[in-house]
Amino acid sequence: MAQYQNLFTTVQVSGPVSEGIPLSKGNDPRIIKPFFLHLAGRIGNAQIGPLYLGTLGVASLIFGILSINIMGMNMLASVNFSPIQFVRQLFWLALEPPAPIYGLHFPPLNQGGWWMISGLFLTISILLWWARTYRRARELGLGTHVPWAFTGAIWLFLVLGFFRPVLMGCWCEAVPFGVFPHLDWTAAFSLRYGNLFYNPFHALSIVFLYGSVLLFAMHGATILAVGRYGGEREIEQIVDRGTASERAALFWRWTMGFNATMESIHRWAWWFAVLCPLAGGIGILLTGTVVDNWYLWAVKHHVAPPYPIVFPNVIDPATLPGVKP
Amino acid sequence: MRALLMKLVVFATFCSVFLLTGCERPPMDSVQHGYRGTGMVEIYNPRTVESQAENNTVPFALPQAPTDGPRAGQVYKNVQVLGGLSTAQFTRLMVSMASWVAPNEGCVYCHNPVNFAEDSKYTKVVARRMIQMTQHINTDWSSHVSNTGVTCYTCHRGNNIPKQVWFKRDDTPMGSDFIGGKAGQNEAASSVGLSSLPNDPFTPFLLGSQDIRVNGVTALPSGNKHSIKQAEWTYGLMTHMSTSLGVNCTYCHNTRSFSSWEGNPPQRATAWYGIRMARDLNLKYIEPLQGTFPAHRLGETGDVAKIYCATCHQGVYKPLNGAKMAQDYPELQKVYSTKPEPSKAETAKSSIKVSTR
Repeated sequence: MAQYQNLFTTVQVSGPVSEGIPLSKGNDPRIIKPFFLHLAGRIGNAQIGPLYLGTLGVASLIFGILSINIMGMNMLASVNFSPIQFVRQLFWLALEPPAPIYGLHFPPLNQGGWWMISGLFLTISILLWWARTYRRARELGLGTHVPWAFTGAIWLFLVLGFFRPVLMGCWCEAVPFGVFPHLDWTAAFSLRYGNLFYNPFHALSIVFLYGSVLLFAMHGATILAVGRYGGEREIEQIVDRGTASERAALFWRWTMGFNATMESIHRWAWWFAVLCPLAGGIGILLTGTVVDNWYLWAVKHHVAPPYPIVFPNVIDPATLPGVKP
Repeated sequence: MRALLMKLVVFATFCSVFLLTGCERPPMDSVQHGYRGTGMVEIYNPRTVESQAENNTVPFALPQAPTDGPRAGQVYKNVQVLGGLSTAQFTRLMVSMASWVAPNEGCVYCHNPVNFAEDSKYTKVVARRMIQMTQHINTDWSSHVSNTGVTCYTCHRGNNIPKQVWFKRDDTPMGSDFIGGKAGQNEAASSVGLSSLPNDPFTPFLLGSQDIRVNGVTALPSGNKHSIKQAEWTYGLMTHMSTSLGVNCTYCHNTRSFSSWEGNPPQRATAWYGIRMARDLNLKYIEPLQGTFPAHRLGETGDVAKIYCATCHQGVYKPLNGAKMAQDYPELQKVYSTKPEPSKAETAKSSIKVSTR
């Protein structure tokens, strides 16, 4: 017979639904009558709901839906309102930021005006969602680590679409809304500013990105591995260290001479995750405003090493006298 | 549980196989052509290269024609460009051209069978200008075509109109001018390798002479006003060049800085001249023919079919895999004067004259 061993066993515990703690005055009632979903139980908690929507949630959703609808309607119009072409070309379609000639002025709707409105609504929606995470955390008596981590992502978002375009004096520097178009923009950004791989903040951002992945895998693996000793009860193990915690610590100390603690590993992960968009945003903000060509910057500061010349006598024809045209 | 797992495994396998159908199968050939460790490597799919062999086979050349005897201009009427050739050379070129450009239609594709001298067919007027263009390329654009040169076949390959040509894009927004503007990009366009990049980078660069170089020349800002959007247009042109030549970026550029010339293969300079050559030909020879072509040969904005890299290259970095086909056709190598070919003694005399001048 299947036994309940820990949270990672496949046995689902079901009982009366949990309504959660009562909310203080000024809160809206929660929506969705709680129910159990077996498939959800296979990857997390089987109980779905109740959900707190509230004023901020509703406002955020309204602005978000408006914004995404503006993007979608523009994409649909760009394929002459053909639903088939909309689906076929969806990944290629986009809502483009204004053309360079408009600078920081408001362009005609079809030449970036929709992008401005959509971007404004999206920003409002995201900021409202931030306020919502903050308020929900406080209402539950939690620390505000989640909202502040979210700030990291918002920082990068605002740098890309607001701070940097304003500093550059042109909305045209911002990112288009679209799947492939925003990726092409990313490549074009690097091409225009002389190879972003020579941007040290970009490099740092990648360190934290891959570092986060590595830490996540190490931590997840460690906890799964000590699950048989109750290691998944991480919060309890922080204050009351048990054999799971001891063994996990020993494993890493024996493997690499140093171990994080049940508490510190979560600070490591939080900072790695937050520093990824934080460092990345700094790198983006410096590009074009402070540094125009990262490759030449790297050459100037001896970051990019010289290589032996394989093709001598290759001269830029544009520099030759008398070359036509 | 096990059944579900099995289903998931089958589903995942199906998905991965489906996704992999978008890829070219290994093995690939790679050729290093820069300093080691710098990623200067060309990747070729040997199966693609093989499949391109037929399209790049040079057609059989007729035996060389004698250059002496009466001039074509003296014998035939209305020979405006090739009048300086011997009649044998002239006939040889006409027969070759028919097989290159109109193998099914033959002479009558351009000529009125009743009166060959007549200019009643637009194709004849165009062909005459195209012969001049070919001679112009072979005499003035050796910076791009070297001593390999070009013939009609370099582009036509047995087609009335070269298979790969470009027209200006109709960028009028659908329906209204109110919503759905694409800014000349964001569709799966074959002109830019099915990317969402600006899909007509040819009008600004191969007709106009907008800045292709968008990078700053100093590390810190010093007045370079090119925007990321402009970089996307350059990127579009470069993607076209890369696809039409069947090469990676590193065929011309070093891997560290697209703008820097240090460590670049010499091909970049050849390509630089190629861009100027395409622009020159489009402006001097192709665009002025717009009124000559009938409406059904024109593009959606009523413009004439124009030249870009793919017109000659057709997927290989040297058209016809670098075969020196043009050398078999001295008729196309230079602009011939309508005067009879001078004898050897006269040639020597005239060259002395030139040098003393």
